[in-house]
Amino acid sequence: MTSFLRLYFNRLLPQLIALGIIVVAVSLVFPGFLNLQIQNGRLYGSLVDILNRGAPVVLLAIGMTVVIATKGIDLSVGAVMAICGATAAAAITSGHSLAATLLITLGVGILCGLWNGVLVAVLDIQPIIATLVLMVAGRGIAQLVTEGAILTFNDPGLIFIGSGSFAGLPMPVVIWLVFGTLVAMLVRRTALGMLIEAVGINRQASTLSGVLTPVLLIVAYVLSGLCAAIAGIIAAADIRGADANNAGLWLELDAILAVVVGGTSLLGGRFSIAASVLGAIIIQAINTGILLSGFPPEFNLIIKAAIIVFILVLQSPRFRTAFAFLVPARGASKPSERAAK
Amino acid sequence: MQTNDDILQAIRIEKTFPGTRALDKVDFHLRRGEVHALLGENGAGKSTLIKCLTGAYRRDGGAILLDDTEVDPRDTFEAQALGIGTVYQEVNLLPNLTVAENLFLGRQPRRFGMVDARAMNRRARDLLADYELDIDVTRDLASYSVAIQQVVAIARAVDLSGKVLILDEPTASLDAHEVAMLFRIIRRLKARGLGIVFVTHFLEQVYEISDRITVLRNGQLVGTRETASLDRRELIAMMIGRELAAEIHAPRAEAQQGPLRYRFRNYGRKGRVRPFDLDVRAGEVVGMAGLLGSGRTETAELLFGAHRADSGEAEIDGRAVDLASPRAAIRHRFGFCPEDRKTSGIVGDLSVRENIVLALQARRGWTRPISRAEQNRLADHYIRALDIRTADREKPIKLLSGGNQQKAILARWLATEPEFLILDEPTRGIDVGAHAEIVKLIEALREKGLSLIVVSSEIEELVAYSTRVIVLRDRAHVAELDGTRITADQIVEAIAATNERRTS
Repeated sequence: MTSFLRLYFNRLLPQLIALGIIVVAVSLVFPGFLNLQIQNGRLYGSLVDILNRGAPVVLLAIGMTVVIATKGIDLSVGAVMAICGATAAAAITSGHSLAATLLITLGVGILCGLWNGVLVAVLDIQPIIATLVLMVAGRGIAQLVTEGAILTFNDPGLIFIGSGSFAGLPMPVVIWLVFGTLVAMLVRRTALGMLIEAVGINRQASTLSGVLTPVLLIVAYVLSGLCAAIAGIIAAADIRGADANNAGLWLELDAILAVVVGGTSLLGGRFSIAASVLGAIIIQAINTGILLSGFPPEFNLIIKAAIIVFILVLQSPRFRTAFAFLVPARGASKPSERAAK
Repeated sequence: MQTNDDILQAIRIEKTFPGTRALDKVDFHLRRGEVHALLGENGAGKSTLIKCLTGAYRRDGGAILLDDTEVDPRDTFEAQALGIGTVYQEVNLLPNLTVAENLFLGRQPRRFGMVDARAMNRRARDLLADYELDIDVTRDLASYSVAIQQVVAIARAVDLSGKVLILDEPTASLDAHEVAMLFRIIRRLKARGLGIVFVTHFLEQVYEISDRITVLRNGQLVGTRETASLDRRELIAMMIGRELAAEIHAPRAEAQQGPLRYRFRNYGRKGRVRPFDLDVRAGEVVGMAGLLGSGRTETAELLFGAHRADSGEAEIDGRAVDLASPRAAIRHRFGFCPEDRKTSGIVGDLSVRENIVLALQARRGWTRPISRAEQNRLADHYIRALDIRTADREKPIKLLSGGNQQKAILARWLATEPEFLILDEPTRGIDVGAHAEIVKLIEALREKGLSLIVVSSEIEELVAYSTRVIVLRDRAHVAELDGTRITADQIVEAIAATNERRTS
């Protein structure tokens, strides 16, 4: 078991190092960065802020990881966020209970995922094209739902999801922690994870081995839709309204980036939910860090890009083989594996 | 060693890819002014050899001599400059440029630093006149037929290189008239003293145009012969192999005792394989022989449900079954090792362990995971039982050699405890040691009472383990041999006989 934990730790090491460097760097420029205080039974501070602000991208990244593991991609998640935010706002303002609103919204997210999944798995359309359809159409659908306006609401229950707190943590953080753990358990405690990886690496060989490839592909896109729905609810609850034009705008790209920073290959196959979550947190830490460091805002995107390029270089196989001696953990794990035998 | 007649000599060429030995010390000698056919089944190493000669691949060992001087082309441009030109089956010219531009791409005649189109077109016309081609060279290449594009490609290659011309399946998409035109051109080039290497699957064309034949099989040189003194039957035997003769056991007449278990009636699918009848008993190995494209693989895929049959019915133990998908077939305890290990067999990035448990896990469904301890036990068991050579069970399977990958895929099916195993070319591209082990394994499984279908290009191998051999031709089952009639000669005869009928 310890060797299993060590393997797991090794897998996450580059992401942990990157996050550590960013946190240290920002705290040097902005000394208050690491401060945490408790007010009204809730944690406050920049670090908590990162976890909170990062919630939508973390959730999207969870679904995106599974989709990318199947050698697919889901461009529609930002638009699905907008659809689901609009659905939640419309449902709650038209008098549905909170539970009904949430169920309807999650159902809409699942439906969106099902649409993508059927296009990819049954009609065999390339994922990037199949999900582009909903990416483009989704905002239109969201606008239809909100009838073109920003649909505001003041249901305390729904607002609580965006800005409430539980056990000292903001609700969005609690939600992605719980949901992420559930999904990670689901894929790793069952055979789902391995079968998804097999499909992503070699769909034909998997089908010939009796793997139900179409169903697994649909499951991946449905999960991605569900994640987008939760992210959409959080985003809407946070601003107490549904903005069909801007909710989740470009977040699909952040989610893909989070997965890549997390070290899952866009070619499909091996994936790690935890690494993608870390990837999303890294991206949010960069965003928040740049803001706090007081750089002129026009530099933000360039600095972000530079840091991401650096992380990707760290991960590249060529860099790793060239500088293998700098990463003792990888080499060190091997003798211990042999010793365990 | 060789006469100076040789324009190109390849000596002990070696090339290894991860998992396969593509070329194993292959010698190849091309004379000035000859057409030399290079033959072999798929995966025999023809295209690898060509790519080593043209610099598209770097060889791992051996030497290439052009005009008795050693050359080492690093890419196709260098090979062209040295005098080795290649024309591929799919014309690799630019269809959106004119014929003249294609002919002189990268070396257009210039005037004042600009391309001199008039000079280029004139020279293009002159060049093509040698090939009895009078066409408008200012039109786009795409507006001409494949045959003409082929000739333009040849003209360019000869003009650029001028010593050796390699034609890789040039006739694959041509009709009879176009082939005749192409052959006239080839003969003319031959008369000019070029050495021409001709790769094809059409044996009639080999006999029509070639002076000598070199046959490769499984990455090894089988032999080089004069075409005139090699009859068709002997050639087929060379292509599909008989040197495993040493391993032949007496054909077992004692088999076929098991009860009849699998019955296929009028089973077929349009465009893949014509309807056939097939009975398989327990403890029987049914071999499938035939040339490439004869319907062997299609039959195997159909039996496993990789493609759905559109006619006929299947019965197991007297009960009708529907084999509409691999999953359905697996439910009835079928297993299938596909022909192309890399694209349909292994899941490369997954570990040996995961590859072994994959089919079993897929059958159990995702909600009932095989525990890690059980996975380890299964993997270790089969790694030992089949002698899969791997550092440990967590190694990604793509890093294993071809033979060991094949054993791991066999292990994947054995773990599901199959009763009907379909093996498509189980010994292709693997080394001799693993080869013999897989042959032994097939016999051991038969003795345990499994029913097996084995597709193989290696005739002697089929003779060694089959209790019955079915011969295919043109996507139909045409002959069945059993008992003492299973000999290499009989099989070769059956294939060649039907093949000759096709030619006439």
